Amino acid sequence: MKAIRIMIVAVGGQGNILAARVLGEAAAATGITPRMSEFHGMAQRGGVVESMVRLGEGKGYCIADGTADVLLGFEPAETIRAAKKCGAHTVIVSNTAPQPPFTVAMGKARYPQIDSALAVLAGRVKRLVALDATALALTAGSALSMNMVMLGGLVQTGVLPIPADTFRRVIAEKMKAAFVAMNLRAFDLGMRAAEQGAVES
Amino acid sequence: MHGLLKNNIGEQILLLGNEAIARGALEAGVAFTAAYPGTPSSEIALQFFQISQESDLYFEYSANEKVALEVAAGAAMCGLKAMVTMKHVGLNVASDALMTLAYTRIAGSLVLVVADDPFMFSSQNEQDSRWYGKLSGLPILEPSTVAEARDMAAYAFELSGELKLPVILRTTTRINHSSGMVTLGPLRPRVAKGHFEKNPFAYVCIPAVSRNLHPKLLDKIARATEIADNSPWNRIEDDGAWGIVCNGVSYGYVSDALDELGLADRFRVLRVGFSHPFPEELTRRFLEGCEKVLVVEEGESYLQEAVRNCAQNSGLTLPIQGKGQGLFSRLYEFDPTLVKKVIASFFQQPFTPAVPIRTDDLPEAPARPPTLCPGCPHRATYVAVREVFGDNAIYPTDIGCYTLGLLPPLNMGDFLIAMGAGVGTAGGFARATGRKVVAFIGDSTFFHSGLSPLASAVYNQHDFLLVVLDNGTTGMTGHQPHPGVDLGHLNLPRKPISIEAVVKGLGVENVLTVNPFHHRKTVEAVRGLADCRGVSVLIARAPCPLYERTLPGFRRRRPLHVKPERCRNHQVCTTKLACPVFVVREGRIEIDADRCTGCALCAQLCPEKAIAAIPGKEENR
Repeated sequence: MKAIRIMIVAVGGQGNILAARVLGEAAAATGITPRMSEFHGMAQRGGVVESMVRLGEGKGYCIADGTADVLLGFEPAETIRAAKKCGAHTVIVSNTAPQPPFTVAMGKARYPQIDSALAVLAGRVKRLVALDATALALTAGSALSMNMVMLGGLVQTGVLPIPADTFRRVIAEKMKAAFVAMNLRAFDLGMRAAEQGAVES
Repeated sequence: MHGLLKNNIGEQILLLGNEAIARGALEAGVAFTAAYPGTPSSEIALQFFQISQESDLYFEYSANEKVALEVAAGAAMCGLKAMVTMKHVGLNVASDALMTLAYTRIAGSLVLVVADDPFMFSSQNEQDSRWYGKLSGLPILEPSTVAEARDMAAYAFELSGELKLPVILRTTTRINHSSGMVTLGPLRPRVAKGHFEKNPFAYVCIPAVSRNLHPKLLDKIARATEIADNSPWNRIEDDGAWGIVCNGVSYGYVSDALDELGLADRFRVLRVGFSHPFPEELTRRFLEGCEKVLVVEEGESYLQEAVRNCAQNSGLTLPIQGKGQGLFSRLYEFDPTLVKKVIASFFQQPFTPAVPIRTDDLPEAPARPPTLCPGCPHRATYVAVREVFGDNAIYPTDIGCYTLGLLPPLNMGDFLIAMGAGVGTAGGFARATGRKVVAFIGDSTFFHSGLSPLASAVYNQHDFLLVVLDNGTTGMTGHQPHPGVDLGHLNLPRKPISIEAVVKGLGVENVLTVNPFHHRKTVEAVRGLADCRGVSVLIARAPCPLYERTLPGFRRRRPLHVKPERCRNHQVCTTKLACPVFVVREGRIEIDADRCTGCALCAQLCPEKAIAAIPGKEENR
């Protein structure tokens, strides 16, 4: 299978690495070889967390600038920061709920206008799906399920050759039993939000 | 049962590189394991720690890497299969023991995993551990993939047993923290009890003995070179006229690059996985008939020098390049595009890089520097010390979460090099300047390498205040225990060592312990110690909030809120503390109640007393 490169960016604590693991397990369950790399040195201390997931052919673990097939942004400013990973062929799925860094509260940095920036990005890539994944996660039961909302949104775009039910099975098998129902709700809410297209830029 | 103890031979599972290394060791029958944690190696030790609680595998978090190596060496001298894991700078600490361990014959087998960190994702330098192979004479294995990390970890035991030498398994962050599919092999049973056969004139490295042992090491290096020459880890792929020599993750970049450039048939690739001693004979065969060679390796020019040596020995004069202008750098990590670009340019092939979308007109994403967590006791200690000394003191600091105190607005950290060096350098700063010096060290780092410099400072009558930031765990690397930690909740009987007793035992007379969240009392304690001559110690003790919430019986404190009717927007809370729970909405300060731990440091500093616990909001977690 021709390689698919998925870049996932988030803020520490948003569950990026777990989402990448679910994606990798779902790929493996479909017979597609996953190779993933994570950067989480300071993850619990509010820094940026990146996961790179490569499915199919190849040997490397990294994704170079301009080559991501998918950019999954768990936080909108992080989507913007990682935009250089995208080319004209990229599909972006981005959360729209900001989590400003403390530098903004200190007055040392400004938080960007998200709507207009995402609109600009949408014009430069193949497709951009924006959804308030944090709000949907709260509907599902907890902000902690935001990562599963985002995976649902990604699956709905159809860029992955992995059926939604495989994701549901992996979520049911690999996640902590107490959170399975909530995570499945979150995943389905993400799929539905991306499907409705009402939130598409 | 722990996932890595599954005996489903042939099953393919998705593993993190570090999990794959642990699995490889278990498949080889490792019985004795030890570590001091350090990113990116820590998850290997975590697997052993967990597995040791449900099997006869021995594991310990040792006080530092040297002790970890020594305890493992003792077990290996009794015939056991032992593994010790550390980050690259940890090997500096362990190296004293390692250099002479290379002389003594290992009775069982001993594998040392060292994890390098190119780009310094979470390290103070990016030293290349391959030089330790040359320095010690020990074999080095370097995996290129997660699956190979498992394979090589298992093979390293075989090699160690065959040569009776410690073997180094050297990884980089991109292997440790990558995940891939691994096919499970059989788990060999562990031999947990050993037997020591005395042989002082082979094992006690006095000069007369070592003079006999060094030639034996040279013999072993010669044998290891033969093994490296015939090792499946060193292989030549294809037979084009252009050559590439590579190792580790670079092999994946090269392989993908040649496929994507459509040039695979023009090249021959020498992948070096058993890199010390260097496979000289294999390389000679590779170089013969080669027009020119590009060496692709992150870090230092280890392979490049070895390949050039080999060419010189063989009387070959073909161009061999790697590091240099327009080629690769000794700095940082490589990435797929860089490798493709340099290959294309060195062999004069056309290459069009992928075009990223335009991003220069997008608004700038705000910097998101890592910061001390909400409720972190280090923040409280720093605020108190700053209140007393401001910028007048010199602040040598140390390795751990608390190094983040360097960032504004805390600005607590003037010098940092190595574990324990905050204490060691403090005396130098104080003597050389006569200024007030306040050094910081974490509790885990204190046990790792703070004791000797403290004893030395007391004896040599230095003059500084040492603040031990005691959060009751090894915070930075994921809450590993250290000799001061009680593990009763895990049913592991350990008697924690009191830092007060240690400090007093080392001769420090002025010692105070505070809870840094009692701001006024902490400031008073710092003031009290400020005027003491000689070495004085303040122990600032309050638990790491991330660790605390994993302990049984943890009750979440009520989060705080800002009372808008009282707040006059001085913003002392944000400008002095930089606690990430503060958000500014329409010019007003608010607290994110979901993230606030209720430590109440800000409430004590607010000039209007406008911050208080949210009434009635309490929950168990």
